Amino acid sequence: MTRLIGLNALMVALAVAAFGVVMAPIGVRRARADLVRATYSATYAMFALVTIATFAMIFALVTHDFSVGYVAQVGSRATPLFYTIISLWGALEGSILFWAWVLSLLSALVVFWNRDREGALIPYTTMTMLAVSVFFLILLVGPANPFTLIAPTPLDGPGPNPLLQNHILMGVHPPLLYLGYVGMTVPFAFAVGAMAAGEVGEDTWIKLSRRWTLGAWAFLTAAIIAGMWWSYEVLGWGGYWAWDPVENASFMPWLTSTAFLHSMMVQERRGMLKLWNLNLIVATFALTILGTFLTRSGVLSSVHAFGEGPIGMYFLGAIAVTLVASFALVAGNSEQLSSEGRLDSVASRETVILLNNLMLTAFTFTVLVGTLFPIIAEAARGVKVSVGEPFFNKMSLPLIASLLFLMGVGPALPWRRASKEVVRRQLLPPLIGAVIAAVAAIAVGAHQVYAVLTFAFAAFALVANVREYVTGVKARMTLRNESAVTALGRLVGANRRRYGGYIAHLGIIAMGVAIAASSTFRREYEATLRKGESMAAGGYSVKLLEVYGREEPQRSRIAASVAILEDGAEIGRLDPAMNFYPTSQQPIPTPAVRSRAWGDIYINLMAFQQDGSNATLKVIVEPLVPWIWFGGGIICLGAIVSMFPTRRRSAAWMGARVAPDGRGARPSPGAATPAGGMLASNTLEGAD
Amino acid sequence: MSGNVEGRKRATLVVAVVIVLGAFGYLLYGGLDKNVVFFLTPQELLAKGTQVEDVPVRLGGMVAPGSVKWDADKLDLRFVLMDGVKTVEVHSKGAPPQMFRDNMGVVCEGRFRNGIFESTNLMIKHSEEYRAPKPGQTPQEMYKEMFKTLKQDASS
Repeated sequence: MTRLIGLNALMVALAVAAFGVVMAPIGVRRARADLVRATYSATYAMFALVTIATFAMIFALVTHDFSVGYVAQVGSRATPLFYTIISLWGALEGSILFWAWVLSLLSALVVFWNRDREGALIPYTTMTMLAVSVFFLILLVGPANPFTLIAPTPLDGPGPNPLLQNHILMGVHPPLLYLGYVGMTVPFAFAVGAMAAGEVGEDTWIKLSRRWTLGAWAFLTAAIIAGMWWSYEVLGWGGYWAWDPVENASFMPWLTSTAFLHSMMVQERRGMLKLWNLNLIVATFALTILGTFLTRSGVLSSVHAFGEGPIGMYFLGAIAVTLVASFALVAGNSEQLSSEGRLDSVASRETVILLNNLMLTAFTFTVLVGTLFPIIAEAARGVKVSVGEPFFNKMSLPLIASLLFLMGVGPALPWRRASKEVVRRQLLPPLIGAVIAAVAAIAVGAHQVYAVLTFAFAAFALVANVREYVTGVKARMTLRNESAVTALGRLVGANRRRYGGYIAHLGIIAMGVAIAASSTFRREYEATLRKGESMAAGGYSVKLLEVYGREEPQRSRIAASVAILEDGAEIGRLDPAMNFYPTSQQPIPTPAVRSRAWGDIYINLMAFQQDGSNATLKVIVEPLVPWIWFGGGIICLGAIVSMFPTRRRSAAWMGARVAPDGRGARPSPGAATPAGGMLASNTLEGAD
Repeated sequence: MSGNVEGRKRATLVVAVVIVLGAFGYLLYGGLDKNVVFFLTPQELLAKGTQVEDVPVRLGGMVAPGSVKWDADKLDLRFVLMDGVKTVEVHSKGAPPQMFRDNMGVVCEGRFRNGIFESTNLMIKHSEEYRAPKPGQTPQEMYKEMFKTLKQDASS
């Protein structure tokens, strides 16, 4: 019963979405408002139908209805309720269903918030969203059908993949990732909509896309951080990033969307980079589909590729259609895409953003090559190779260091042109910060060039970005007699977009420093300890108290109880463990971490004697690791601040009514101060 | 701003872009060339002979039953890796991955030197297969059985 409701809802949703894809262009071409309205209704209907299917699946999972194919694949009666619910995205079919649901939700929201907007942009945007939905719905009624019939009904199922039910973060990472991935469909749809409507000469699509891109980007950022955290807490090697193809799959669209968030400002401000922006957002969307292809087609074998199926070709087809259709549209609109502005000076913010875009694109390309090379080598020459971490590190470290540097230069320089005097005044304090940080890093024992450069440029960017706040606050305090706190609040409140961006910069700096510190100063210690014995580990002493076993409903657990001592006094206890799941031949390592702001002590149980007399422990001391997670939080906070509408322009919320007059020529009544000179770069160029 | 100046600017820009792209491509190619690691089975490794002597490779196979020698106090691990055709002796320093045992799928990163594979990194090939429970067995019984066999394996 549940099975049939779900399956039929998906089939009707497919028909409804296909109807919308056909009706939208007819409605626009023949100026039939009723057909356009019908397209919008189709979008709402699709959302309702996919919601029914999703809830049918959740219901089937919770009630252990093993006649449903997907439930028989990932469900088990012993799995705790939480992990039963999140196994919705634990394997291929369920995650495609979840994807389709998020997509239908976002499609409905796009329509709802923009339904009264005149012109062809929104109908074509809706058509694009529905076309993408059609693709996922075809998967769901075809090769990735979660509602297949299993007869006779099994009594029980195997439960979700143990690696995924071993940690609570698996309840967080996939939905965030899908919200990020699927969210990128919206700016892509606006871009395609603008091209199909012949409106790329105007910036409407960019303005409408901004908040959606920021939101999707924030989710993608959070997803990547949650994935790193999960890998750190579960995989047991004390690291958080391994350039695994699946990590790369989420990183590449992040890089291109980060580039897009910056370059869209240049289009709004200066009317430049129109063609580039279209290509960036098309690339971002194509990379999200590529990411899904890599993770879901089984083309790679890694821990993440837990679902395999015949759907690889569908994804390749989707990528091909996306690229061909998008580039045909770009070519068809090329006449409208000429720049209105030009680069006035090398010393300007737009130059820095241009460089930032080049770096981010080069970074994306590097990751793409390194990720696809093994697949291509295997397909073309039949050899199995892997592109090692050294390749990625060698290529990415210079790029990361330069990006940190640019992140300091950009905010410090004004748009259009900076005089030598302004350049000197703005860049001298960050430069001093950089020198101090470099000396400090060398003094505490950093030797690698890129580690030192990362610390130096992080300090450079830190000083530059914090200085933007300080000068802004000071200006308000003197000119408007505000207290520091009020001034800060109002400064950010009146220029959310800009200061939100600087907050995100601070988060990136925190992450950059934490990653550099934790990889440079990471120390590993290994020993086999008998009960009561201790080992030294970086200023601490680690003592084995006992080894014990425990039976839990869905698994068995063997753990070591370990005391951490500093100067002979106990400062904490940890219980690193191995979890044994009935469906896994190997135990799942479950390291234990003692986390403090200045660093982590990470202990993993590697081996143990059956009688509990001894255990082999790996102790990893890593400074500043928690700042990676904090940094991620700060980045998302920055994105949220940027997303919220400035009060005086609240009608522009979600772009519902953006003034048609366009770009940066707009006067900026909210700018903090008219006092030129001293504050040139800081306040004169307006609210955004 | 005469057209000539514009043209010169444009030419400079094109040259700059070509140089940057060239340098980047060269770096990319060089990086790939040096850092591609071959993934081999024992049979393939032995067939390549001196070609793979002291070159970083990844060696994949199964742990031969009864071959694991693990000195817990010295953190010294020796075992034989097999692919059904050939076998290679592997030596590794440091603790093995959790519950390292016979017939487990393993990937070793390291170099082949003088007939012994010196591994610097051992990775378990996680089995992603789900196995349906045997009829008549409750999950709880299965865990117990699983637990029991694991214990026996580790002590052998």
